[in-house]
Amino acid sequence: MATILIRGGRVVDPANNFDQTADILIDGETIKAIDGKIGVQADEIIDAAGLLVTPGLIDLQVHLRQPGEEDKETVRTGSYAAAAGGFTSILAMPNTKPPIDTQADVYNIYHIANQRAVVRVYTAAAITAGLQGERITEFGDLVRAGAVAFTDDGMPVMNGEIMRRALEYTSMFNVPVLQHSEDLNLSNGHVMHAGEMSAKLGLPGYPSAAEAVIIARDVELAAMTGGHLHVQHVSAKRSVELIRAAKRRGVYVTAEATPHHLCLTEEAVEGFNTYAKMNPPLRSEEDRQALRDGLRDGTLDLIATDHAPHTEMEKELPFIDAPNGTIGLETAFPSVYTVLVESGVLELNTLIERMTAGPARVMGWEDKGKLFVGGPADVTIIDLNTEREVTSDTFFSRSKNSCFYGHKFKGWPHTTIVAGRIAYAHGAINEKIKSVS
Amino acid sequence: MSFNQKHLLELEHLTREEIETILDTARQFKQTFQRSKKKVPTLVGKTVVNLFFENSTRTRTSFEIAAKRLGADVLNFSASTSSLSKGETIIDTARTIEAMGSDVIIVRHSCPGAPHLLAKKVQSSIINAGDGCHEHPTQGLLDIFTMREKKGKIEGLNVAIIGDLSHSRVMRSNVWGLLKLGAKVTLVGPKTLVPRAFEKFGCKICYSLREGIAEADVINLLRIQLERQQQNLFPSIREYKLLYGLNGKSISWARDDVMIMHPGPVNRGVEISQQIADGPLSVINEQVTNGVAIRMAVLFLLSHPSGK
Repeated sequence: MATILIRGGRVVDPANNFDQTADILIDGETIKAIDGKIGVQADEIIDAAGLLVTPGLIDLQVHLRQPGEEDKETVRTGSYAAAAGGFTSILAMPNTKPPIDTQADVYNIYHIANQRAVVRVYTAAAITAGLQGERITEFGDLVRAGAVAFTDDGMPVMNGEIMRRALEYTSMFNVPVLQHSEDLNLSNGHVMHAGEMSAKLGLPGYPSAAEAVIIARDVELAAMTGGHLHVQHVSAKRSVELIRAAKRRGVYVTAEATPHHLCLTEEAVEGFNTYAKMNPPLRSEEDRQALRDGLRDGTLDLIATDHAPHTEMEKELPFIDAPNGTIGLETAFPSVYTVLVESGVLELNTLIERMTAGPARVMGWEDKGKLFVGGPADVTIIDLNTEREVTSDTFFSRSKNSCFYGHKFKGWPHTTIVAGRIAYAHGAINEKIKSVS
Repeated sequence: MSFNQKHLLELEHLTREEIETILDTARQFKQTFQRSKKKVPTLVGKTVVNLFFENSTRTRTSFEIAAKRLGADVLNFSASTSSLSKGETIIDTARTIEAMGSDVIIVRHSCPGAPHLLAKKVQSSIINAGDGCHEHPTQGLLDIFTMREKKGKIEGLNVAIIGDLSHSRVMRSNVWGLLKLGAKVTLVGPKTLVPRAFEKFGCKICYSLREGIAEADVINLLRIQLERQQQNLFPSIREYKLLYGLNGKSISWARDDVMIMHPGPVNRGVEISQQIADGPLSVINEQVTNGVAIRMAVLFLLSHPSGK
């Protein structure tokens, strides 16, 4: 196997409280040395002077759309988008068509990933068969097949008894239950946040309380069962407060926020912009501020993109008919870096923690999200200086539905190394690398 | 006189000057209504298409008469939303019509923003004839035109709008236009049907009919949609009538010279009693006449930028 020397970058590894200029030597699939100056020859030398070097980024919410909607994304194209966004590990959501709810479905994802993906792809499996919210899946067998989490994402588990049993049963296997928190009765017919913008546009809005009431219930169920509740894509102030209080009580609850909820508000929907239509919806300025506070103090453990590819044709439907979601893998770090770190709202170290050590901790991935000698060579190199406008022509995702068009960001990934192989560099995917999982 | 818009999508983003230009132009067109030959052939050779994805007789007819008085060729195209289920999008439908040579497309659709979407995708001028609960700009304009004509000016006028405000495109267009022209707007209805955000936009909100109409120079009633009670937004039509119906008794809470308006079609005996709807305070039929003048003005101004 080849050796790679990353020379002279600013290495920031929050898990190890490490922030200094250093060289990293990779040998095969593992890190061989991290030192101020490594004076050895290597097969490939990457000059990282002036660049940021971090543990490989991790995204715990990605919709790869395979099987069933390959016109939107596939495991292969989604992994390219991930690599271009600096991600070395991603968690696929099971709301495919058909949903991933059997052992065979899980095997299928890993089979495709092994053949096609350029980053490490993991999959979650459904909590209920067919995402119908009625009958729990074979958690034990699915874990054995490789499912690392359970979620009905896209849909909430509305029935409290089913959520209770899911938390109780999965806790035997130490895997989290990922909940899309939405009271479907309160959100019925909604297409955006219930606020000033929905009042202006005459679009039906759903209130933040629809999210909070499910979180409040689930926190009680997690406390009762000892299960691991992970709250996906938190969008509202009250939700952050409920999670903060639950953590203080010692309930096993973790949570995430998306770059778009951290960066944008309901204002982005102005002009009936379907690219800003997502679920949960972009909410008010007050909610956005609360998410930023939650990210800073650790109430929100991690940033996940909820990368949700849709075709241009669907996004050109009238607002009510257009599907929810934005792609996010390729703009995740640049958006949050520019909007929160550059403006002084968030420390760079905290941002990196929430995209590396944070998700690794939530998943119990002990060797991920940090850099250490003998550890897996998943490394991301980021250019914090070059500013570039978000345009569709650089996206590797098969879909182009980004909510960030027109925004100018810094912090674009420069090189992504997965298991000691360069997956992305100089704006190109190294398609030759396969079988990294 | 200043009007340089290509489309009329909403009143929210028009300036006071632009709104006044439309009102002044409509006044001139209205003067021609008394003639025996009513045609003002300024749109000869232009093709105007009524593209209605939602049923409407009065609005479509009003636009049709307005366009014909201006000498335009008019085509009515009733597209059911079922064409969507056949795979055709509204963009496809509009482009098909445009390929036949339309200059102006008048759009009604149940989804807010549908006319905005078409404005981005076709070359013709788009007029919003009602997009879901969002706006109905020509209705707002004709209401304001009627108020100005009858009350002399809009500045300082007290206007109470009553009914299902949350789901009303008429309310939204009225509010934006009236606020820009300096009126004081009070929104009156049950708490479940009043979008409270409009307080921030400059309206007064009132849940009591008696208080809401006490100072009003104008009462604009909205049609109550009967299906709203199935959504538990109010308990029954009977209770709605008791609390918000305008009748012989509740009208006594208002000033003697209050003017009663309604965009139609009227639910007689629900939001307004027969006696009030047909009584001397009502200008409901006058509104319909003014609608033609407003629509002539809008068609004219969109086809003649800067009023040339």
